[in-house]
Amino acid sequence: MSENTTRDQNLPLLKVNDLHVYYGAIHAVKGISLEVHEGEIVTLIGANGAGKSTTLNTIAGLLKPRQGSIVLGGVPVDGTGASKMVYKGLSLCPEGRRVFQHMTVRENLEMGAYSRPKEEIEASLADVFSRFPRLKEREKQIGGTLSGGEQQMLAMARALMSKPKLMMLDEPSMGLAPILVDQIFGIIQELHESGVTILLVEQNAQMALSVADRAYVLETGRISMSGNAADLLQNDDVQKAYLGN
Amino acid sequence: MDFLFNLVNGLSLGSIYAIIALGYTMVYGIAKMLNFAHGDVIMVGAYISFCAFQYWGLPPLPSVLAAMIFCTVLGVFIERLAYRPLRSATSLAVLITAIGMSYLLQNVALLIFKSDPKNYPGQIIDLPGLSLFGGQLKISGVTLLTIIANIVIMILLTLFINRTKLGKAMRCVSEDRGAAELMGISVNRTISVTFAIGSALAAIAGVLLCSAYPIFDPYTGSMPGIKAFTAAVFGGIGSIPGAMVGGLLLGVIEILGRAYISTQLADAIVFAVLIIVLLVKPSGLLGKQVREKV
Repeated sequence: MSENTTRDQNLPLLKVNDLHVYYGAIHAVKGISLEVHEGEIVTLIGANGAGKSTTLNTIAGLLKPRQGSIVLGGVPVDGTGASKMVYKGLSLCPEGRRVFQHMTVRENLEMGAYSRPKEEIEASLADVFSRFPRLKEREKQIGGTLSGGEQQMLAMARALMSKPKLMMLDEPSMGLAPILVDQIFGIIQELHESGVTILLVEQNAQMALSVADRAYVLETGRISMSGNAADLLQNDDVQKAYLGN
Repeated sequence: MDFLFNLVNGLSLGSIYAIIALGYTMVYGIAKMLNFAHGDVIMVGAYISFCAFQYWGLPPLPSVLAAMIFCTVLGVFIERLAYRPLRSATSLAVLITAIGMSYLLQNVALLIFKSDPKNYPGQIIDLPGLSLFGGQLKISGVTLLTIIANIVIMILLTLFINRTKLGKAMRCVSEDRGAAELMGISVNRTISVTFAIGSALAAIAGVLLCSAYPIFDPYTGSMPGIKAFTAAVFGGIGSIPGAMVGGLLLGVIEILGRAYISTQLADAIVFAVLIIVLLVKPSGLLGKQVREKV
């Protein structure tokens, strides 16, 4: 990341402009623009079907936008296929974890580093194991036999293995017990402190806003509000709609 | 002694089925489609090795290599041309296309080589046989080579799938295409490699098959193709050890059925066993029970 010093510090790491995505005739994302700066945690919150995951999947290249631009580190990346995005420094930890169920924890992590030269993998494994000691204990276990929380850790660790400039997390707390949700958000905070830039999609708005720097609120494919996460946490409309107060 | 002789022949025929079944099972596991043109690639392999040996004057081993190279290119080409454009189409559309591709290969072969059967030269695999129990049990060189080839192929393929980066990428694509892409794995390239391996194996199967049963014509691939597909389903489609077990069992059942029950009923017995196995274990002998997650 240090080699990017020539870049203008005010230039966002990720800049999405006027993104439109369709599922057949359904207009799922209707002109979303957002920015993520280096070192930030930015969160997208909103109800089911607001277009949060669609936005992430489009940025990751899994879906093709009909209109709009995606710029990563000053380079336009829209139209790049998903399998090439990871080489551009972007990794997505997908909704539902999508851990390789028949592979061991170690193999899953090695696949996460698929885009990187072989000799760098060992160091990254050591780094990831120090962040997730639980995975070290489970190194040889098959992915499908891990608990939900462990699978979420594995999915996040796997996304880290590509050494991304920007890591995107889609609903990391989904289906987890409250104590595990706390643990997962603790890890997200640690990642943030160690300098990883994160774009986080969450239904758990309370938790998301409490760890994020900035937030965008999505409603039926559009951004209805945006700003400082701490401010949004206090905002009456946000509290009524998403925090149940 | 008769029984032992039949058993060895059954294992040999079963090894051919197993090698063909690998192509079905790998393509099914990774591209999630049934490539019914696979059987006809065997026939192409037989013709190419035949021509290379008979007309172009190549020695035996280079003739076999020529067939393997040609079939590899053909397999990748078929996938590019016919199946890749249908990647997001319904599985029925892909199935019909595969059947069409099968007829296309047969008819092109008919045009070029005509329908009269040819005699496959025995010199391509010219190995000394084995004589056991004071000459009571004779095993031909082809039979031995087929069984050994099958074992070697299974070991190499298992190592490839479990140890190499490309092999692991194949397992990822097989399990979750979207997640594999997020890792940076090119799904198209992985599927091409799968077709290449399957088709090279089909060429080997063609050489072994025609060396054991030397009369061949443009339809030669279709029945072994269907049997091998059956073997793949029998063993659990998508599973590599399953293809091995299914192929061997199918070959043994077929030969023993032919020897001790009825020559005419041999195929019927094979398929009856398949039906019984699928009734008891729908995913095949070694198939994984896939649970749909909600």
